[in-house]
Amino acid sequence: MSLYSFGLEPLSCHAWNKDRTQIAVSPNSSTVIIYQKKGKEWSKIHELKEHSGRITGIDWAPESNRIVTCASDRNAYVWTLKDGVWKPTLVLVRINRAATCVKWSPQENKFALGSGAKLISVCYFEKENDWWLSKHIKKGICSTVLSLDWHPNNILLAAGSADLHCRVFSAYIKEIEDKPGPTSWGAKMPFGEVLLEQKDVGGWVHSVAFSPSGDSLAWVSHNSAISVADAAQGKEVTQLTTEYLPLLSVLYVNETEIVAAGHDCCPYQFSYMGPGKLDFVKKLGISKQTSKNSMSAMQHFRNLDKKATTDEEDNELNTLHQNSITQLCVVEGQKAKVEKFSSVGLDGALVLWDVKV
Amino acid sequence: MSKNTVSDRFRKVDVDEYDENKFVDEEDGGENQLGPDEAEVDSLIRQYPLKHSAVLKNPPINTKNQNVKDRAEGLVLKVLTAFKSSDIEKAVQSLDKNKVDLLMKYIYKGFERPSENSSAVLLQWHEKALSAGGVGSIVRVLTARKTV
Repeated sequence: MSLYSFGLEPLSCHAWNKDRTQIAVSPNSSTVIIYQKKGKEWSKIHELKEHSGRITGIDWAPESNRIVTCASDRNAYVWTLKDGVWKPTLVLVRINRAATCVKWSPQENKFALGSGAKLISVCYFEKENDWWLSKHIKKGICSTVLSLDWHPNNILLAAGSADLHCRVFSAYIKEIEDKPGPTSWGAKMPFGEVLLEQKDVGGWVHSVAFSPSGDSLAWVSHNSAISVADAAQGKEVTQLTTEYLPLLSVLYVNETEIVAAGHDCCPYQFSYMGPGKLDFVKKLGISKQTSKNSMSAMQHFRNLDKKATTDEEDNELNTLHQNSITQLCVVEGQKAKVEKFSSVGLDGALVLWDVKV
Repeated sequence: MSKNTVSDRFRKVDVDEYDENKFVDEEDGGENQLGPDEAEVDSLIRQYPLKHSAVLKNPPINTKNQNVKDRAEGLVLKVLTAFKSSDIEKAVQSLDKNKVDLLMKYIYKGFERPSENSSAVLLQWHEKALSAGGVGSIVRVLTARKTV
């Protein structure tokens, strides 16, 4: 486990490059800063300034080395590195509300953008006119789309929304790809088709994640619960209500183990073994040793004088993060066997976690 | 100045009612939910040790009928106050997760309308329910769209 602090500003989102030597973060502003790893320190090498609104999502495509950013100014830009400088290309997303999240598809030929306009914009590059076009998925969505995740087959897209529903859509774009074969979620997949609609999960769906095989889908909602829908078992949904504060981000570290983190400032590990078998495993992260044992009489009276109390209470939390964790990201290992993952939070810190299953 | 703004009736119009994109909750049939059975609960209160699982059965969550909800709340409050302080912890331990969440909902509902001694009793129940359900149970009270 290692912690690095990027300053005092909360980190809204982050994305890694292919070999994990560079990280793109946004310090709750309209700029994206790219840092390069130099030993144990991170040094700033680029600043991407094009958005006029707060950046809400960053995703870095590892193979094609393109970054897509989206912000509350209703725009999205695709950045490509040319001669050591990142150049933006505007994407015509055609939304009239803020963008909330963005994700490259596994094959990086398109990306999905969630927005407050109650729709998802799936964008692909059209070679003839040399620009990015978008297609909208609107069916059934009644409120802001809060989170997105792609299925490994590059076609299915899971979306969690503020209308308390979690859905799986087909984002098949016939102009750029071949017809997909059937999956455990369904066989017919025209663009915009709804393959799963889980109604009223109990709260806003903050984050969704497909398992490495794509056969199950996990999501975390604001009613402090984590749920899994299992396509291989007839799309049966298992929900586990926790006694913790709501979770904000969820990640699969292998086919059965799930890590989620949120307002409790530390990641939790859950295990899904089949319908009805979603269990809490453990809380990750060391608790800082509280040095309550050795308090001399001198310190005792000094505290009494200074703070009018003999409580030697630390103002710090005993978790690594001092504020809510906003996003989790895979760092090392394949999706099916994650070895390291990263978390960023409202405290401006980045923590790298080792997975010990 | 202009005289056409004499009437201010427009200020009382609820514009949200006329919004076509207004979010509507899914309507689940709530006609069959009558709340806990009054007679059953009354008889159980007279018996010792108190069994409260009956009053937590059949909660009127989906019904729009405010009377049913009030009646249920009254019944639950009666049962909760009838408990001895020392028995509260054991009672909470015997509840499963969903019932603890439901208990929390009733506790907060009871806080909304405090009467003579209700708050003190409810606070004792709250402390025990919190140690059983954690802050998650309170979060679920706040996020629940269908309240008890």
